[in-house]
Amino acid sequence: MSNISIDGLTKKFDDVTAVDNIDLDIESEEFLVLVGPSGCGKSTTLRMIAGLESITTGDLRIGDRRVNDLPPKERGIAMVFQNYALYPHMTGAENMKFGMNSVSDYTDDEIDDRVEEAAEVLDILELLDRRPGELSGGERQRVAIGRALVREPEVFLLDEPLSNLDAKLRVQMRAELLQLHQELDATTLYVTHDQTEAMTLGDRVAVLNDGRIEQVDPPQVLYDYPETRFVAEFIGSPAMNIVPVDLEYDGDSVSAVHEAFELSLPNGDRFTDQPPAAAFGVRPEDVSLAVNAPADAQTFEAEVSVTEPLGESLLIHCYVGDDELHVKAEARSAISPGDTLELAVDEDRLHVFDDTGSAVYHSSVREEAASDTVYTTPEP
Amino acid sequence: MATRTNPDSALAGLLPEGVDTERVLIHGGLIFSILLMGLPLILALIMSTQNTSEVYQVTNVGVGSQGLSNYETALTQYNFGQYIINSIVMSAIIVVGKVALSLFAALALVYYKLPYERAIFMFILLTLLLPVPVRIVPLFDLMSRLGWGNTIMAITGPYIASATAVFLFRQHFMAIPASLVENAHLDGVGPLTFLWEVLIPMSKGMIAGVSVITFIYSWNQYLWPLIIMTDQSKQVVQVGLRFIQGAAQSGLTQWGLIMAGAIIALLPPLVVLIVMHRPLLETLAIQQK
Repeated sequence: MSNISIDGLTKKFDDVTAVDNIDLDIESEEFLVLVGPSGCGKSTTLRMIAGLESITTGDLRIGDRRVNDLPPKERGIAMVFQNYALYPHMTGAENMKFGMNSVSDYTDDEIDDRVEEAAEVLDILELLDRRPGELSGGERQRVAIGRALVREPEVFLLDEPLSNLDAKLRVQMRAELLQLHQELDATTLYVTHDQTEAMTLGDRVAVLNDGRIEQVDPPQVLYDYPETRFVAEFIGSPAMNIVPVDLEYDGDSVSAVHEAFELSLPNGDRFTDQPPAAAFGVRPEDVSLAVNAPADAQTFEAEVSVTEPLGESLLIHCYVGDDELHVKAEARSAISPGDTLELAVDEDRLHVFDDTGSAVYHSSVREEAASDTVYTTPEP
Repeated sequence: MATRTNPDSALAGLLPEGVDTERVLIHGGLIFSILLMGLPLILALIMSTQNTSEVYQVTNVGVGSQGLSNYETALTQYNFGQYIINSIVMSAIIVVGKVALSLFAALALVYYKLPYERAIFMFILLTLLLPVPVRIVPLFDLMSRLGWGNTIMAITGPYIASATAVFLFRQHFMAIPASLVENAHLDGVGPLTFLWEVLIPMSKGMIAGVSVITFIYSWNQYLWPLIIMTDQSKQVVQVGLRFIQGAAQSGLTQWGLIMAGAIIALLPPLVVLIVMHRPLLETLAIQQK
């Protein structure tokens, strides 16, 4: 298995810059997820790595080879497409074999053996003689993954492979992909727009926005310590609450002042910058009803506008001043629209972003694990 | 349906209980239209069994005295068997040549990222403005310079390049998901392998449809073969029909014989049409989109 090293990768379509100078290192045997909204350049990045799009500028290395100018078949990659890309007139086995003669030096017998092996791993032996038309979405996706496995590539590239499946199947295939990755330990680059998929699958997740990388980190770090406001709002569902506040600095003690509340922020010395006004962020599950909070917690009042029972919890939409706040409360809490709530925040889970969108403060300290090196785009 | 119109209720009075007036009218209209359209064919069938004087009796619309002997005469004395074979050979060559060339052209347009791809395609479409009849004079000149006059090359060559077929194949190929093409690119599968193993099997219906249309089109060619073929034994069936007309009997055109020839000339495309009607309908449906 090989690592992928991307250095200053840029893709321009005429005047539009789809991918803007990104640096990314994907370690050998790592499962890295590229996530972002549509049009952020994640698929273009994947397609450049596959060799389906030319690279405008930058260096792309797979293993120790610079592959910028190599045709796809010499890059040692295999790709799984969103729409499976199976040939409708070929059986599962024929689909898996097609192209093997040009991409590898295996004899026909060896290819047959490999198809058999891959089918066993994926549990699709009985699908080998059927055509795609006779298969369900999930089965087709397994055959498509099987086709990638047969090629035994250095790197697997998956482009939204679960997007065409229904919700239940998606969850199931997600688990199977994880298991498969643990068995094969193949370097995998996975593109998705779904933050849940990104969080559950990735060893690390790279969040892309507007052709740039916002942050690359393990899922939990991404969730707990978003480096930008975009990441904070994109990762997590329901999204992080962001309200504008004024900041008052008095030595190391910092207060966030909002028209409807004032919070003193713990560990004020952690501010990396001291903007006068900023965006204050707290996740819905880090806001709680004051009755459930410690006695000395700072509290404020909010008015409930809508409640959404999610089953395992109750999502409350409420207003503090003119700003909306989402709060995850215990399921079956007796709260109805119009109520005024006394709320408290988890003081270990507060975030502040300056007006460029960069995080200037997290209330707790991120523990650096040996593996979690942070990669960011260079300043423009 | 409380307010029925008057003619309707008048008709309804004549019909047995439970028969829908509207359906009777629709079906009546349809039957009438079919008869109207089929009339020339029906008359040709009838006349093909009549002798010349019977044909000229306008009121005589029964089966004539000749039976099948007009057919026999056309096939034996007027060499129709040979013309039919010539026509089949010509049409078959045009079908194979046109389909093959158009497939390659469409492949080039779809599989490769060509600069000015759209302009190339537009240029191909522009040739629709110059069908063979428009080009007859320069074509004749070209054929005689090539020394192709009076050969099978002359009556097939000009028909092989076809903007319509390229257009149909291109549209069909473009409807195939791009990821299938990309998948082949990833494996380094060559364009010819891709054409043979993926595009052609996925386009069987379209290929069959284009073949039928092309066959019938080629079969009906008259003017160009008439001009370029000088040897009567190499002539095609449509021109062969004209020869019968030339051989007038005591000053009267032998319409019975001509009709028999026309019916014979009609049979091969009819067989092709019946055998291939399914893919043909598929193709027409795509053209309408």
